[in-house]
Amino acid sequence: MADVRKVATRDSYGEELVALGAEHDDFMVLDADLAAATKTGKFKAAYPDRFLDCGIAEQNLMGVAAGIATTGHRVFASTFAMFAAGRAFEQVRNSIGYPHLHVVIGATHAGISVGEDGATHQCNEDVALMRTIPGMTVIVPSDDVEARAAVRAAYEADGPVYLRLGRLAAPVIHGDGYHFEVGKGVVEREGTDVTVVACGLMVSAALEAADLLAQKGVSCEVLNIHTVKPLDEGLVVSSAAKTGRVVTVEEHSVIGGLGSAVCDALCAKHPVPVRKVGVQDVFGESGPALGLLRKYGLDGEGVARSIEDFLK
Amino acid sequence: MTDDELKKVAREVRKGILVGTHAAKSGHPGGSLSATEIMTLLYFEEMNVDPRNPRDPKRDRFVLSKGHCAPGLYATLAQRGFFPVEDLATLRHIGSYLQGHPNMNDTPGVDMSTGSLGQGISAAVGMAIAAKHWGDDYRTYALCGDGEIEEGEVWEAAMLAGNHALDNLCVIVDNNNLQIDGTIEEVNSAQPIGEKFKAFKFHVVDVADGNDFDQLRDAFAEARATKGAPTCIVTHTVKGKGVSFMENQVGWHGKAPNDEQFAQAMAELEREA
Repeated sequence: MADVRKVATRDSYGEELVALGAEHDDFMVLDADLAAATKTGKFKAAYPDRFLDCGIAEQNLMGVAAGIATTGHRVFASTFAMFAAGRAFEQVRNSIGYPHLHVVIGATHAGISVGEDGATHQCNEDVALMRTIPGMTVIVPSDDVEARAAVRAAYEADGPVYLRLGRLAAPVIHGDGYHFEVGKGVVEREGTDVTVVACGLMVSAALEAADLLAQKGVSCEVLNIHTVKPLDEGLVVSSAAKTGRVVTVEEHSVIGGLGSAVCDALCAKHPVPVRKVGVQDVFGESGPALGLLRKYGLDGEGVARSIEDFLK
Repeated sequence: MTDDELKKVAREVRKGILVGTHAAKSGHPGGSLSATEIMTLLYFEEMNVDPRNPRDPKRDRFVLSKGHCAPGLYATLAQRGFFPVEDLATLRHIGSYLQGHPNMNDTPGVDMSTGSLGQGISAAVGMAIAAKHWGDDYRTYALCGDGEIEEGEVWEAAMLAGNHALDNLCVIVDNNNLQIDGTIEEVNSAQPIGEKFKAFKFHVVDVADGNDFDQLRDAFAEARATKGAPTCIVTHTVKGKGVSFMENQVGWHGKAPNDEQFAQAMAELEREA
């Protein structure tokens, strides 16, 4: 996929905020001293008076965002996933989630593809944490096109939204006419032997794995479940009913994330064997992002190996 | 209002605190009673609020950062006409809109859901920032406990408020000197409280008797007149104020009166009248 255009979803986030800012002046963007990394710096440069740097204080960042939201205005609160979902979990739960305030949490640098910074900054638990908060929408965009659409959808949403964004440039797999709808999964590829459910960066890895397996005569149905909550249960269940086997792929712990959400739905509505591919209950480590994805079995070849092993 | 009228309201607020916690068989009377004059003055004199239009975008905001003192806030709101006084007896009951800690979506007049200590002041800072940003002239008040300010988030919020010179923000610290495990000195005192807020670029007003309306009135006036900095009012109050056996007793932080204690407390308040 060397010739494919690649964009980090954090860049999509920063750029789409600027575009949104040109159309609306009813929102503010907040950050916690990471504007250069989360790419809200682009918004800051364009609309300095609508940007507020809360400094290295993520608990207060979330509380301030909540306070702004009580006034009926909209707000994007940005920092790394580790600090948004991890450090400030309870602020997100109690000050944003409980009152169901419309705060969009733009959480970048999620997953092990953070790379060289290592385990302390590689948040593989954020989807699990955010998914437990009642009323929280959790979106994990797969590419530039989807991330931009998600920013707009989050702006229009009602209640809190967690946007999980990445540091690593991700292959752009969708075209301009792509239709994005919160809570509505996308059949990226139809197949008959196994359903592969992916989100975020792992959608392109799953498609690559599907290509590799197609050469071996295995037909994968690839679902892009960009919205982990609320989950498109209908699509997951109908595809599982068709193929009889499901593999989930996420750049996140296999505990509590997309895989668990899919299992929750299948357990209740259509139990089938499931293999959860992701970070296997371990901390990450330092290294180049692509090398880490390979090591942890989260590149196309690794995902293909896991699917093949599951189908044996 | 005259001081006599305010005192009468405060007595009714205190009764409401006792009615609620007694009916709930739980709750936090001590800090509600210490802050009764603060909330009474805010809702009956200082703040621009309208019980008929509790969500008026132009209203002044109050955030009970020490959310466990909900019985005091509810009793004050009920006296001000936001909802029927009779409903105070449903405090903490299943299905009641008077939750153990305030919920802005359930209860008319509650501007922010609070209860987890240290979080309310951040929301108040957000409200003050929003007012400045969109050119609204409402003021925001946040009431913190002297134990609560041991939370680090309080100082994150204070740093931002001071650096942004939020003169539309008034933080009140109810310095009643007691928290659950003992006196604040015994536990982990944030003293000197005023000096700390000064260091965070606040204008600080010390109120020697935070259960005295005249002193509180002067402090709020000074806060309103202060430009270019947020104000912190440190009020020295008596925990459990107004009920003899609850005053300055750490045990009444989070305990409800039984039937006998309730009767005695209500009788004391009646006698005072």
